[in-house]
Amino acid sequence: MSIALTRASSAHFGLRWLWITPLVLVTALIAGTAIGETPIPVDTIVKVLANQLIGTDYPADRIDAGIIWNYRLSRAVVAACCGTSLALAGVVLQALLRNPLADPYLMGISAGASTGAVAVAVAGVGAGALSLSLGAFIGALLSFGIVVMLAHAANSGVGGGRGVQAAGAIILAGIAGSQLFNALTAFIITKSASAEQARGIMFWLMGNLSGVRWADVTLAVPAALFGLLVCLWHRRSLDAFTFGADSAASMGIAVRPVRGMLIIAMALVTAVMVSIVGAIGFVGLVIPHAMRFIVGSRHTRLVPATALAGAVFLIGSDILSRVLISGQVLPIGVITSLIGAPAFALILVRGKRS
Amino acid sequence: MRLTAEQLAWSVHGTPLLADVNLTVEPGQTFGLVGPNGSGKTSLLRLLAGLNKPKAGRVSIDSQPLHTLKQRAIAQSVALVEQQADTTDRITVHQVVSLGRTPFLSALRPWSTEDDAIVAQVLADVDMVHMADRLWHTLSGGERQRVHIARALAQQPKILLLDEPTNHLDIRHQLSILELVRQLPITVVISLHDLNQAMECDRIGVMDGGRLIDSGLPQDILTPNRLQQTFGVYAHVIDDPVDGKQVMRFHSAI
Repeated sequence: MSIALTRASSAHFGLRWLWITPLVLVTALIAGTAIGETPIPVDTIVKVLANQLIGTDYPADRIDAGIIWNYRLSRAVVAACCGTSLALAGVVLQALLRNPLADPYLMGISAGASTGAVAVAVAGVGAGALSLSLGAFIGALLSFGIVVMLAHAANSGVGGGRGVQAAGAIILAGIAGSQLFNALTAFIITKSASAEQARGIMFWLMGNLSGVRWADVTLAVPAALFGLLVCLWHRRSLDAFTFGADSAASMGIAVRPVRGMLIIAMALVTAVMVSIVGAIGFVGLVIPHAMRFIVGSRHTRLVPATALAGAVFLIGSDILSRVLISGQVLPIGVITSLIGAPAFALILVRGKRS
Repeated sequence: MRLTAEQLAWSVHGTPLLADVNLTVEPGQTFGLVGPNGSGKTSLLRLLAGLNKPKAGRVSIDSQPLHTLKQRAIAQSVALVEQQADTTDRITVHQVVSLGRTPFLSALRPWSTEDDAIVAQVLADVDMVHMADRLWHTLSGGERQRVHIARALAQQPKILLLDEPTNHLDIRHQLSILELVRQLPITVVISLHDLNQAMECDRIGVMDGGRLIDSGLPQDILTPNRLQQTFGVYAHVIDDPVDGKQVMRFHSAI
């Protein structure tokens, strides 16, 4: 009995490691600010941050201060928010769809968001970041709806609507959806955008943090926090989906409203991130799986761990994208895909074996 | 709790799967549901658990219609063990059983030592204490079934619904699960394929073509005539020399 109690307690309250999260996050943010084309010593960063945040008056080089505050820090903060949001979207989709390969990028949500954002940017419906996000949100919901309907139709066709067969169908539907929306994006760009616009958009589509400024931070931070809070609030519901939707319902989860709310929330958060930095792939796939391996699949621990790891992963990828080729910045989507595609293959092979 | 179904009907894509099912299970009774494959046993259990809304008629627990209750309130009284519920998550037996406490937990009512005690108790009930730390994917089919039953029992249900729970079990665990279920002081509806095991229920109902065609005491219902009509087999009854109970033997119709 006492053994059972200790185990249960550690399983449910094993969150003592949580105190290191702010530490790790701050370290990652400082690393993201320090490392780059011109390395900046940490003490300079601390001075500049102190000047900006708590109004101290340390002497600091004005160019350094400009790079730190206007360029690198805002970029690192947005990278962190983006990593957190995409990774959490992966956690939620994997839990609700009972599919280890579910991810906002693979399932066409990012592609749909890109189309929506490009339509707004090029067609010029409204102006400013928010309407870009709204366009992305509508695109994201539209593409996800199409993908799910397609997967549903494919499943009822072969009569294997449940469990493992559904996994393959939704990935195929996701490919179809992504291709469709990528084609739509290309169509809109070719038809409406000027050559210069088109070049800018193509670069953004690959996932790009270069243009990020503080205005984007004020959109990204609330969105990421919203995503995190929604996931934490629903952690037990996400757990209850372990054996599928029916099992969740039999344990008292109002499946339709909860599932609908969670997916719309994640589509919204993904859309906000896509509208700022473009479609960054594989974050939602790699991070949740890595974290499941380390902290297990209970969402009380998985959600905070994934949020942190996603943030750190994207800050790290951003650093890599800036230092890998000297004098050039790679699109961050290239880095995440270079890491993510092999991880995808690994999950696919491991899933096949079990 | 008393479980009643009145004139239940259910259909999928226009194909009727259940029609005009009337059923009352008294508090504390074990009700066995038998019938050939595709006769509607699983559909009926899903309606009784509130997983699907009936196309007509209604299900009530203690005269409270199910459709007036929230899913969470239903789950605090009714638990279901599905036929096949699997996961690819790396999750331990103890964690699976803990899921059964979900309907009672909230932001205001976090996990407590009481929940620990309930989980420990139901693990002991299904004889799985020694496997509490085993990972789900290392379990055999029978072990998984017992964990699912423990998970349902962790809901401390007043009504327990089981869909062919003995399917994957070896004979020893079949008997121990049936014994456990029969001794529970709660209302149980259990679908079974083994008709001799169904004889041990307090009452049984026979499903055929989406209808509950007969219900009552086992010895009144499972007659050779009924077995031939519904299951298409000939049966004759022999007496067990050890305890004098009657045992059915079956022969194919041809």
